[in-house]
Amino acid sequence: MSSATVLNRRDFLKTSAAGSAALVIGFHLSPSAFAASAEDQEKKPVNPFDAWIRIAPDNQVTLIVGKSEMGQGIMTALPMILAEELSLDWKQVKIEQAPTNPKIYDHGTGGSGSVAGAYLPMRQAGAAAREMLVTAAAQHWNVNRDTCHPQNGGVLHGARKQFLTYGELAPAASKLPLPDFKTVPLKNSNNFTIVGHDQNRYEARAKSTGTAKFGIDSRPAGLVYAVVARCPVFGGKAAKFDATKAKAVPGVTDVFAIDAVGEGAFTAGGVAVVAANSWAAMQGRKALDITWDDGPNAKESTASLNQQFVDNASKPGKRTVDQGDVDAALSAAHKKVEAVYELPFAAHACMEPMNCTVQIGPDRAEAWIPTQAPQWAQDIIAGVTKLPHESVIVNTTLMGGAFGRRYQADFVMEAAQVAKAVPNKPVMVLWTREDDMQHDFYRPASYHRFEGAIDADRNIAAWKHFQTSTSIAAIWSKDGNEKPDQSEFATAAFIPYQTKNYRVEYTLAKSGVPRAWWRSVEHSSSGFVVECFIDELATAAGVDPLEFRLRMIGDDRKIPDATNPKEGKPLDTARLKGVLKLAAQKAGWGKPLPAGVFRGIAGYYSFESYTAGVAEVSAKNGELKIHRIVYAVDCGRPVNPNGIAAQVEGAAIYGLSAALHDAITINRGRVEQSNFDNYAMPRINETPKIEVHIVPSTEAPTGIGEPGLPVIAPAVCNAIFAATGKRLRRMPIRREDLA
Amino acid sequence: MAINFTLNGKTQTVDVSPDMPLLWVLRDTLNMTGTKFGCGMALCGACTVHINGEATRSCITPVSSVSGKKVTTIEGISADGSHPVQQAWIAEDVPQCGYCQSGQIMSAVALLTKKSNPTDADIDDAMSGNICRCGTYQRIRKAIHRAAGQSAKSTSAA
Repeated sequence: MSSATVLNRRDFLKTSAAGSAALVIGFHLSPSAFAASAEDQEKKPVNPFDAWIRIAPDNQVTLIVGKSEMGQGIMTALPMILAEELSLDWKQVKIEQAPTNPKIYDHGTGGSGSVAGAYLPMRQAGAAAREMLVTAAAQHWNVNRDTCHPQNGGVLHGARKQFLTYGELAPAASKLPLPDFKTVPLKNSNNFTIVGHDQNRYEARAKSTGTAKFGIDSRPAGLVYAVVARCPVFGGKAAKFDATKAKAVPGVTDVFAIDAVGEGAFTAGGVAVVAANSWAAMQGRKALDITWDDGPNAKESTASLNQQFVDNASKPGKRTVDQGDVDAALSAAHKKVEAVYELPFAAHACMEPMNCTVQIGPDRAEAWIPTQAPQWAQDIIAGVTKLPHESVIVNTTLMGGAFGRRYQADFVMEAAQVAKAVPNKPVMVLWTREDDMQHDFYRPASYHRFEGAIDADRNIAAWKHFQTSTSIAAIWSKDGNEKPDQSEFATAAFIPYQTKNYRVEYTLAKSGVPRAWWRSVEHSSSGFVVECFIDELATAAGVDPLEFRLRMIGDDRKIPDATNPKEGKPLDTARLKGVLKLAAQKAGWGKPLPAGVFRGIAGYYSFESYTAGVAEVSAKNGELKIHRIVYAVDCGRPVNPNGIAAQVEGAAIYGLSAALHDAITINRGRVEQSNFDNYAMPRINETPKIEVHIVPSTEAPTGIGEPGLPVIAPAVCNAIFAATGKRLRRMPIRREDLA
Repeated sequence: MAINFTLNGKTQTVDVSPDMPLLWVLRDTLNMTGTKFGCGMALCGACTVHINGEATRSCITPVSSVSGKKVTTIEGISADGSHPVQQAWIAEDVPQCGYCQSGQIMSAVALLTKKSNPTDADIDDAMSGNICRCGTYQRIRKAIHRAAGQSAKSTSAA
């Protein structure tokens, strides 16, 4: 994406007021999942624009928005929504990255929130522009407004068949008053020709020709390259180092230490090697002689963490949900089911390793970053340089996957520190695969102890869920006043399955391993445990897994989101039942399968969307084959069905990777894995057929980047149970578990 | 040390350390960033180029070993995205983040040069060295079949 020059609101208003050509409308997108609460946002300085539509006299329509394209398809979906209201070919809309402005609401992309947040504001802004352009046309022709019709990127006056492009009308339109967004008429959704129809990706050609530029492809003039040697033990640092051999490597120009920075950036610190090219920097680092002070976490291991989990599970935890009398119901249980589920740390493993390019001058800094959080990046660089934010330009590039990893600021902080030591030169700090894998912010490791009871009527008499985990909240809350129980349970804290006796308990497990948001965050573990346990209860009740779920969900009702009562959308059980039934129907649930093939099902609510999956597997002699996954998804009104399918297909593979292959294990305070030989990825030959069926909902659009993930592991494990009679409760699945 | 090779049809001379991997010569010395870095150990396929027509992982290929040879990168398989494999990639909307796709396309082009009508098993064999973290494998398979079909059409029409 081209970088926009730094513009501020004053410039835009001035442009419009002076009547210089373009029509510009500023608006703001709704808060994303990562933004502070709506209340907090209201307290911020007033500057309501974080997105703009610009219609220039040359007829170029540009959407300027502060959202990052990481493959999830928002560079396609957002212009589609705008183009629908403006009645123009969406491919004519150019999309530009908004300048990073510290005074606006939220420049962050995550939480599957972009289309959900942008849908209504984008329509309102597009409709406002359309109304102004139609008025300008009517005034120009001196005709009744009703005879002017927006179409094909302009306004047609029917009777006299006159046509003016938006570009021609823009100067006059820009002088008109802006319609009230709350009352501006929106296009009738029955007349949609773009939204709801398959579109191919905006930047598909660039990504198929090697011309799309990712962060690691940034090449500002005079660029130098750096890598950082970081202590392999979390929390350790360089006690001393000898740079003699490193500096002797041809191409190496600088070697120096950088400090670890806590407080949100959470960098490891280390020793930077700067060189004329990436290879020389890597070779220079290999030649460094460093003595590490391993620090306080050198004794942590997966074994010690597991011991902590077991110890925690032997005592009651803090009750975060407590309905009825679970203990009494369990004692009196007609049938009792107990299960322990375990999930390891998981790495993001973006194909493009972390990188960040920064250039610091005396009164200006510029950066080229594959980031999900450009505003935070700007904060970091401003802090390091002591420059005012307006003088720090952050260019958000395309990125080779993100999955939450690029929401962090560590790789930005390091680059700012290195660039400060190499003034005026642009420096790219790039990470090798080993760096990326061993200095990630992992999906937390967790341990879940479930106890449930079935009564004589085959209903759920009790549901008790104890969880202990290395919570994300525990490293991200400054004063230690974290509420890990709120952030670690997701839908597990308000299950759709009815029971009078329902308890959820939590105990924090301490760890020095960094954790943060991984695709679907806490839903990745909650989806697994809830959908596996309900399946185990179905077996105990002697009821078909689909039928049991539907019966236990019961009547149509709305269940408040216990993790976010003020702002979270309630779980609509009708929609959850809808996707379960649709996935089952499309998969032929209940119909005969070829010999040796078995089915499993899972359904779940996350990011305000509903997803269900049916897995078809064979499991013989320790060999697992996944033949097909049939998905049903309800993410509200589909904007780009093709894009939705792609996101679900992708989330399935990402989730399968965790279910079948991925575990980050710790030994002596360090990650044992380093590259794709010991952290395997699914390959094309292991990919099942994936079908995605989209509910034709007319509800407001909700997220889809992440919701496909939580159901895949339980659907597969439930199918494995059907095939083998074995419950697989530990991720990733191991061959010996199947035998 | 000066090393000569042909790059996308043009003679190229670089003066670099002979053990510098071709990947970094392409990306840093020549600013040809279409070929990507993913792992540095030939495990992921993002760095795939053609050397004398053979799909090769450039991250472990010392530049000295391509002396006198023909190197083709993603930038060289067409001037404008018109290669049938690229056209199939666009038509099937294969890329998501897009980072692995240069390598995927280079592997696919090499496959189709050897087997103009590959079976699914052929595709598995040729393409399992290329990781896609976004999970576009299903569409990659479809695009390869499509490109094979297009080539078959154009051959039979000739």
